Amino acid sequence: MLAYILRRLLYALPILIGVNLLTFALFFVVNTPDDMARLQLGVKHVTPEAIQKWKAERGYDRPLFWNPAAGGLQQLSDTIFFDKSARMFVGDFGQAEDGRDIAREITSRMGPSLAIALPTFVLGLFVTISLALILAFFRATALDFWGVVACVGLMSISSLFYIIGGQYLVAKVWQLVPISGFGEGLDAWRFLVLPVLIGVVGGIGSSTRWYRTIFLEEVGKDYVRTARAKGLPETLVFFRHILKNAMIPILTGVVVVIPLLFMGSLLTESFFGIPGLGSYTIDAINAQDFAVVRSMVFIGSVLYIAGLILTDISYTLVDPRIRFE
Amino acid sequence: MMPIQPVLLWSDLLLWLLLAGALGLGFLSARAAHLRQAWRRLGRGAVAMGAATLLSAFLLVGLLDSLHYRLRLPPAPGQTQAMYGVEVLSLLDGLLSGLRERNEKTYSAPLATRLYAKESRDTPAGVVREYPRLKHGGAHLGEDEAGRDRDVLQRGFAGLVLAFLIWLALAGGLVAHLAWRQGCSHREAWRAIWQGETALAWRGVLPALGGLLLVALPIFFLAGDYHVFGTDKVGQDVLYQVLKSIRTALVIGLVTTLVMLPLAVVLGIVAGYFRGWVDDLIQYVYTVLNSIPGVLLIAAAVLMMQMLIDTHPQWFATAAERADLRLLALCAILGMTSWTGLARLLRGETLKLRELEYIQAARAFGIAPPRIIARHILPNLMHIVVIALVMDFSSLVLTEAVLSYVGIGVDPTMTSFGTMINNARMELGREPVVWWSLAAAFIFMFALVLAANLFADAVRDAFDPRYE
Repeated sequence: MLAYILRRLLYALPILIGVNLLTFALFFVVNTPDDMARLQLGVKHVTPEAIQKWKAERGYDRPLFWNPAAGGLQQLSDTIFFDKSARMFVGDFGQAEDGRDIAREITSRMGPSLAIALPTFVLGLFVTISLALILAFFRATALDFWGVVACVGLMSISSLFYIIGGQYLVAKVWQLVPISGFGEGLDAWRFLVLPVLIGVVGGIGSSTRWYRTIFLEEVGKDYVRTARAKGLPETLVFFRHILKNAMIPILTGVVVVIPLLFMGSLLTESFFGIPGLGSYTIDAINAQDFAVVRSMVFIGSVLYIAGLILTDISYTLVDPRIRFE
Repeated sequence: MMPIQPVLLWSDLLLWLLLAGALGLGFLSARAAHLRQAWRRLGRGAVAMGAATLLSAFLLVGLLDSLHYRLRLPPAPGQTQAMYGVEVLSLLDGLLSGLRERNEKTYSAPLATRLYAKESRDTPAGVVREYPRLKHGGAHLGEDEAGRDRDVLQRGFAGLVLAFLIWLALAGGLVAHLAWRQGCSHREAWRAIWQGETALAWRGVLPALGGLLLVALPIFFLAGDYHVFGTDKVGQDVLYQVLKSIRTALVIGLVTTLVMLPLAVVLGIVAGYFRGWVDDLIQYVYTVLNSIPGVLLIAAAVLMMQMLIDTHPQWFATAAERADLRLLALCAILGMTSWTGLARLLRGETLKLRELEYIQAARAFGIAPPRIIARHILPNLMHIVVIALVMDFSSLVLTEAVLSYVGIGVDPTMTSFGTMINNARMELGREPVVWWSLAAAFIFMFALVLAANLFADAVRDAFDPRYE
């Protein structure tokens, strides 16, 4: 098991290097640092000196990959690639446009992101799996039919409308919770209710339908018929056999997103003014702060790969047939 | 001399080519027996055909909006050479010139005759604060503002009656045609339609068509003198904006496949067929792309694209051209980031297919790989491709709205559902509430995505052998 995890971690390395090279190419080769400087300085202040100063302050005045002017190992290390991209592997993300340390910012913003994303994830999973179980239990009845119709309808609504509509109804018309904002400590729950609720409702359509198909695929299998032939009541068949066996395909889709919960949700956080990583990313996009966007891309892929490894490990826990030799 | 100068935007060209290509592919695929059967199954589904009717209406609006031209300016005295305006218009703009040009000062509610905000006006009795009359909405009523309700009801009713008559005429024509084709009585033909015994599910088409007419015609009758969905902050008609948004949504949903499809098909099949280091390399590329969370990768790419456009203004002759190329670049980015899922499916299926006897036999005969792929593998993967394409459409339309909201979508000057929502996002927080822009965007987007989802489900059921 340990050897397997180590091997998977080693496999992840080339992929992360690929991500790193790709983002580097995207951010420094498609556009030159000069373009970046011009954009950040604004049309009025563009002079050759200002551009040079801007680049020097941020360390963009060096060559991309190879510095022939330096000596020894510094030929490699005194470059934009080493300084801006390779250092991300050890968690050094450099500074944002406003001079703050990105790594510090990220650690302090993970909490609020997680406070929204984790309850949404757990509650959403519970609600959608329960609904899907009900639909599958009453399969081929009017309830199932209209349930699926409702799911397709819910799926066809843009997530923007869930947020806008929810905010308007719950916070403005009914005035049950504050429209937006975030608090520290236990008091924060008032701010969390609405985004979590909207996140859960917004995910009902597609997830319920997806889990329903998984359950229905299991319903047709031989072991289910055997269980029924033994005389087990249908409810027991569902909870003992079908739910357990359906966990394997459900896990594939679910476990992989767990690490990504740290990243938060772009839309929810920006609408509700939550100081998490999602709103950090959106602010960076709007301010065209490339250093932050680059760091978020890298962290996102690290978390995704961690999710893949977790998925494989979770398989062994639920499916005794799978063993890693 | 011509009063107009046709303008061919790149996205127009691609959209029309795509339409021709889709029709061609449809006919080609009908030559293979199993695909022909799938098309027939699709045609028999009532929901599928109803959704297809609605989608065709959207497509019609989008295509009318994809024929662009520039108007000739009235010649100045002594001038011999024709001059054309800088504004690029589409055929739809021409048809809706009333909606496009009748702008108010600011917000006005649907079907209103007065503005939504009070203004000060000097009168002999002093300064009065009042809601001023609209320049165009209900202007034909003159002093008789109280007659608005009656006028609206009359026009709406006339639209409904006309819609019903047109529908009856169409249904009657269809019945007569079917009866003549089958050599049965009109009554039997009518019954056959509603029992679902016709080869094409007219019982899906007719209600959808009826619903469409019942909604569209009253709006058409009202739109001449009112703002049916109100006006937005700068006084533009909201109905005009939602109609213009349709093209943007269609371009995003369709042109993206033009980028995604070749990448997914070629790389997926090549990886599955040749295996070895080719497979390893392609798998590596798509794992790398896949491991970057979608929105972030798109955000990074779009930011860079924006910068490229901003720093090279000399590449674009007109603002419309810049917005258009930005739209296409967005399609390209969406395509580049979304081919991995389909490629993985195709790779897996090719791995299975290449071991089958008939392909082994073809290899033993010494047939070159490209020929085997084209003749024996690709036709057996077509159903996966068709399903993936229709499934992607609705999610792309939804993605566009989110991306434009975040500020990494289409050009801000281009009307789209995303930019409409973005511009209207603070309106529900206003006192009094302005709801009509959001409501109109919601209704049209919901109808489009719902129809696309229903159609996609039907296509999957018809084409996927597992769902039979």
